[in-house]
Amino acid sequence: MTESSELSETISVVLIGSGGVGVVTAGNIFLDAAAHAGWYGLMMRSAGPQIRGGESVAFIRLGSRPVGSLDDAFDIMVAYDWVNFERFAAEVPLNGDSLVICDPAAGDIPEIVIAAGARIAELPLKDTAKGIAGGRSSMVGLGALSALISLPETALTETLDHLFKGKGEEILKANRLSAKAGRDAAQGLDMKRRLKIAEPAPKVERWNISGNEAAGLGAVRAGLRFVAAYPITPSTDMLEWLAPNLEKLGGVLVQAEDELASINMIIGGSFGGVPALTATSGPGLALMMESIGLAVASEVPVVIVNVMRGGPSTGIPTKSEQSDLNIAVYGLHGDAPHIVTAPNSVDDCLFATQWSMHLAEALQCPAIVLSDQALGQARMLIDRPADAAFVARRETITAEVKNYRRYALTASGVSPMAIPGVPNAEYVADGLEHTEDGKPSAQAEHHRQQLDKRQRKLTDHDFGRHWADIVGEGDTAIVTWGSSTDPVREAQARAAAEGVNTRLISIRLLLPAQTEKFHQAIKGVKRLLVVEQTHSGQFHRYLRAHYDLQGEVKVFKQPGPLPIRPGQIHDLLVNWK
Amino acid sequence: MDMDSVNEDCPLSPKDYKSDYKPVWCPGCGDFSVLAAITRALSTLKIKRENAAVISGIGCSSRIPAYTSVYGFHGVHGRALPLAAGLKLARPDLTVLVTGGDGDGFSIGGNHFIHACRRNVDMTYIVMDNQVYGMTKGQASPTTAIEWKASKLTPHGTGVDPFQPLGMALAAGATFIARGYSGDPDGVAELIVKAVRHPGFSFLQVLSPCVTYHPEQREWKDKVRPAPSQPAVDPVRASMRLMDEEGFNIGVLFVSDRPPYAPPTAPKATIADIEKTFAI
Repeated sequence: MTESSELSETISVVLIGSGGVGVVTAGNIFLDAAAHAGWYGLMMRSAGPQIRGGESVAFIRLGSRPVGSLDDAFDIMVAYDWVNFERFAAEVPLNGDSLVICDPAAGDIPEIVIAAGARIAELPLKDTAKGIAGGRSSMVGLGALSALISLPETALTETLDHLFKGKGEEILKANRLSAKAGRDAAQGLDMKRRLKIAEPAPKVERWNISGNEAAGLGAVRAGLRFVAAYPITPSTDMLEWLAPNLEKLGGVLVQAEDELASINMIIGGSFGGVPALTATSGPGLALMMESIGLAVASEVPVVIVNVMRGGPSTGIPTKSEQSDLNIAVYGLHGDAPHIVTAPNSVDDCLFATQWSMHLAEALQCPAIVLSDQALGQARMLIDRPADAAFVARRETITAEVKNYRRYALTASGVSPMAIPGVPNAEYVADGLEHTEDGKPSAQAEHHRQQLDKRQRKLTDHDFGRHWADIVGEGDTAIVTWGSSTDPVREAQARAAAEGVNTRLISIRLLLPAQTEKFHQAIKGVKRLLVVEQTHSGQFHRYLRAHYDLQGEVKVFKQPGPLPIRPGQIHDLLVNWK
Repeated sequence: MDMDSVNEDCPLSPKDYKSDYKPVWCPGCGDFSVLAAITRALSTLKIKRENAAVISGIGCSSRIPAYTSVYGFHGVHGRALPLAAGLKLARPDLTVLVTGGDGDGFSIGGNHFIHACRRNVDMTYIVMDNQVYGMTKGQASPTTAIEWKASKLTPHGTGVDPFQPLGMALAAGATFIARGYSGDPDGVAELIVKAVRHPGFSFLQVLSPCVTYHPEQREWKDKVRPAPSQPAVDPVRASMRLMDEEGFNIGVLFVSDRPPYAPPTAPKATIADIEKTFAI
C-alpha cells in the first residue's frame, strides 16, 4: 500500500461470482465491517434469472458520509469467477484506475476487462481457501479487499465474530483465517485511491437496512397491522421481513393465492378498521388495478408498495426500471383519484411508505408507493432515522350517531368511517356508484356528487413540504424522481463544485399533482433537465400532462437495468450552454 | 362465531336484519327466499347487527348486502371471498357471511373458491346457484348444462360439462359442505345457522331458480329431496356420494373437524425491539 495514494471521499467496489460463492452475503458482511470502521456505505445488487448458482453481483460504495448513489466506475473489482460475465459487463464500468482482483483458476480474463485498461492482480482465492479447514473463497476476497481500502482489521473480525458466534467455534475460525489469508495476500498491491478515515461517529445508532426493509419498517411505524401478498421479485424480501415482524407486533400477514386476492384481502382488512398494505411488482400491480379502483369508489384506505422492475410483461424481474409510472398514475378505469408516491433514496423508503400509510388513512383512498429494485434490494448504512409524526389515523365514528351516512358530502370530502362493531352505523361499502348513505345509484346527480367529493378530498388536502425534495439555486433545474434522484444529487454537487449551480426537484408526491408548488419551484428557470429511467420518457410526459414546464427542456431517459450514473448527468449540466 | 357478538338480552326479529331497500330481482326469483333465510338465521343466532358483515361480488345474488341491515361490502366481480377472508383475519370477532352466484364464485372467482376451501378461514359462503348469468341477461355459467342453447353467446350449447362445486370444495379441503333449496327457506335458514356455527370455512350451495332465463328450474321443487344419509365425515365416502348423486340432495353433506386458519394476534414485541435488529 503506497502512502502517496489519493485520499478519496468514497471508494467503489464490485464483487462478482456465481455458483454459490455468496457475493451478496459477502457484500453485506463487508458493509457491516465498514460500519464498524465508522464509514457509511451502499450496496446494490444484480442477479441473473437462475434460482441457484446464477451470476450475482454486489455493487458497493463506501464513504465517510452517507452514500446514496453508485459512482461512474469501480475502483476495485473482485472476480471470484467469470461465469456469464458478458451478461452484466455493461453494469460494471471499469477504467485505467480500476484494480481487478481475480483468481487465476477462474480461467481467461474477459477481453472487455483487459480492454478497459484495468490493472489486474491475480490472487489464488479458491486455492487459498482450500488450504484452510472450512475456508471460504468469498472471505479470502473480503480480506484482500479490506487490506486494499485500509479497513482496520478489527472492523472485519468484529463483524465476523458477531455474525458467526452462534455457529460454532470452527466456522468462526475458518472465516477469520480465510479473511486473514486474503489480507496477507493483498500486501504489496497498489491502490491509486484510498478512502478517507471515517470521522468519529456521532452517538447515533448506525443501521444496515435495505430499502424493502425500510419500507416495511415505515409501514409498521405508521401502524400497519395487516398484510396480504403474493410473492413476486423484487418485492418478496419486503414481505419476508414483514412476516415475522408483523407477527411479533400482533399483526397478520397472509400469503394470498394471487394478487387479485391480496388486494381484496387488504381492502377487507382495512374495511374492518385495521391499517393494511400489500407489496408487489409490475405484473402484480397490473392484476390489482380493478380492485384498486374498488378502494377508490368504496373509500377504503390501502397502501400498495410496488417495487418496480424492468417491463413490460415479465420483463427483467431482477433488475430495476422506473417504467410503472404510467400504470400507477393512469391505470385505473373511470375517474379515480388516488395517491401515488415514490421514495427517492434507500432510506426514504421508510419515510415515503410511512407517509403514504398516513395519507391513505387520512384521505380514505388507495396509495401506490413506487419503489424499485435499485432501492428495494439495496442495503445502506444510515444513522437511525428519526421517528416521523405520520401515523395511520382515519376519521371514524366511535359512538352511536343518528342517521349515519357513510359517504356524506362533507366540506373536506372526507366522510367519517364506521368500523364494523359500531352499532347503528351499519352500511354497505360499494363499488357501485352510490348515494351519501351508500345505496347503489345510477343517477347523474349522485355520480357527480361522489366524483366531486372523492376528487375534493385529494385536491384540497395540504400535503405540506414533503411533496418534493428541493435543493439548490440556479436558473437550471433538474426534475427527477425515485431512484434516479441520488445519482442526480451527486451530479448536482459535482457541477456546483465547478461553479455550475442548479436546483434539484425530486418529486415524492406524484399524484395528486401539486401544480402551484411545482410552478413555484421552477420559477425563473431558463433550462430544465428531466431525468428518468424509462425508455419512452414516461416521467417527462407525466410532467407535461400536469405542469407547465418552462425554459429550454432536455430529457435524459435511459431504460433499465443500467443505473443512471452521476457522470452522465454532470456532463449534461456542465456542457449545457 | 364469537360469543361476544351474540345478543341474548334483546333478540332481533328477522325483519330487523332487513334494510328498507327494494331488491332488483325479478318477481319469483329464488334469491328472495335466500335473503329471508339469511335474516332468519341471523335472528336465530342472535348476532348483533353491528357484529355481522355480508360480503359479495357482482351478480344478481351479490346484491344481498344492501338488502340487509348489517355491515356489508359489495365489491368487484369474483373477489368476495378474499375480501371476506381479509376482513375475518383482521377482525376475528366478526361473523362474516359471503353471498354470490355461480358465475361470480365458480368462474371469475374460481381460484379464490379453491383457496378459500383450502385456507379454512371461519366464515360462511352461500352460493345461489341458478346456472346462469342473470345480470348480463342470460349467458351460460360454469354450472350450466352442456346442451343449454338459450344464450346468443353460446348458440350451440356450452360444449363443456358443468362444474361440480361440491366435489371441488371437497377436493380443495372444505370442512363443511351443504346444499339447500330456495323453495324451502326454513331449511336454508337452518343450514345457514349450522354453517355459521361450524368453526372454519362453510360452503352452502343453494339451488335458487332463475325464473327469467331458466323457467324450467321451477321444476326443481319436484326434484329436491333430503339427503338420504347423515353428513359424511370421511372425505372418501363424501366424494363417492357427491359423484353418485344428481345434485338435488338437500342437507349437510360433509363435515370435517380440521381446525380453521387463525393466525396468532397477541403482540410479543415492540417496534423498538424490532428496530434493534438493524443496528450494527
